[in-house]
Amino acid sequence: MKFLTTNFVRCAIKSCDGAVNSFPLKYSEIELVQEEQDFQPEFILGILPRLDWPAILKVAADLGNTSLPSQLPEIDINDPSNEILLKDLHTLLIETQLVQGKMICENCNHVYHIKDSIPNFLLPPHLAN
Amino acid sequence: MSRPEQLAPAEVFYNETESRKYTNNTRIQHIQAKMTLRALELLNLPKDTANFILDIGCGSGLSGEILTEEGDMWIGMDISPDMLATALDREVEGDLLLADIGNGIPFRAGTFDAVISISAIQWLCNADTSNADPKRRLLRFFNTLYASLKRGGKVAAQFYPMNDNQLDQIQSAAKVAGFQGGVVIDDPESKKNKKYYLVLSAGTPDVQINLEGVVMDAPTKERKLNKKQMKLMETRKDYIQRKKEVMKRRGKSVANDSKFTARKRRPRF
Ligand SMILES: C[S@@+](CC[C@H](N)C(=O)[O-])C[C@H]1O[C@@H](n2cnc3c(N)ncnc32)[C@H](O)[C@@H]1O
Ligand SMILES: [Zn+2]
Repeated sequence: MKFLTTNFVRCAIKSCDGAVNSFPLKYSEIELVQEEQDFQPEFILGILPRLDWPAILKVAADLGNTSLPSQLPEIDINDPSNEILLKDLHTLLIETQLVQGKMICENCNHVYHIKDSIPNFLLPPHLAN
Repeated sequence: MSRPEQLAPAEVFYNETESRKYTNNTRIQHIQAKMTLRALELLNLPKDTANFILDIGCGSGLSGEILTEEGDMWIGMDISPDMLATALDREVEGDLLLADIGNGIPFRAGTFDAVISISAIQWLCNADTSNADPKRRLLRFFNTLYASLKRGGKVAAQFYPMNDNQLDQIQSAAKVAGFQGGVVIDDPESKKNKKYYLVLSAGTPDVQINLEGVVMDAPTKERKLNKKQMKLMETRKDYIQRKKEVMKRRGKSVANDSKFTARKRRPRF
């Protein structure tokens, strides 16, 4: 799963619906791969306003990256130097993939597993909503 | 022939053999592609940007691949590990989640521009296990689906209702969750080709602001609307007629206008 997706998935259990700490999940024992993907600047530009930057920082730190800027830099599409910034975001959000590991809800402590790049959100019967 | 939903739970029915058989069948590929394109037509998403789309019951990614061709980014959810494994083998571009949509859509509010689903949501009407309550699962599904969409985000879901009761169940659950919309039926006269599309929107799009009762200082000269605004204001009939014009200009043959043009085939709920 792409790093991008960590900025949107949350705990699936109903009692965590309104809980602020059910997002982002905590990522642990994660195995990463970098995989080259088509660069779509218009997608990055479109998704920027929807990103939760503090959640990006938190998950990046879970994965051992603490060198991201503390705030999402302003992007002016008419400025060519922004191409570099968009490419960096592309590398982080789209090309960085989580292939194995655990995702933990910090509200209910439920552990979800990632296997072969696929996060498993199936719930055991007693937690099914 | 019995329907797959009646044979076994989806994750059991779509086992390794069935997933592969399904995905490699050229007739199925063709039908699923056709329905995906029709669902996209119903969504009418902006072409000039890359949209972020959720594909519900994505299976092996037959529908997702078309989203990729359209330049959109997608995430697929499915309950069958074997269907998802087939999708991995085929190296689809979208992210895949193993999940039961009856337990909800685990995404934060306002994540997606749009949602697509091809031949999947009728499964929610099944009570596969003794503790499964279809009504509760449908509500959980639509409530969390609504939240996962941005304001004004749209859903197009082709599905195979087993009977009118299921059709009603699905529509009323969507309505209770706050969606607006209804069901479009294609080829209603053909037993074989008849197709149901649930078409919904989560509130009104931000761009459609209400100017009623607003007084402005500027002289009341006719404002020229831009193309996008015109499109927003057009009725379904206008839309069909505009599309027909475009098709005619491209030299395609289109049906003559009749009193049935753009008539709804089913009442809205
Ligand atoms: C006929 S296949 C369609 C797959 C794909 N959309 C396509 O067009 O090829 C139906 C899919 O719905 C999935 N499905 C059924 N019930 C589901 C549930 N409760 N949650 C998630 N997926 C489900 C099945 O596993 C199966 O992959
Ligand atoms: Zn939780």
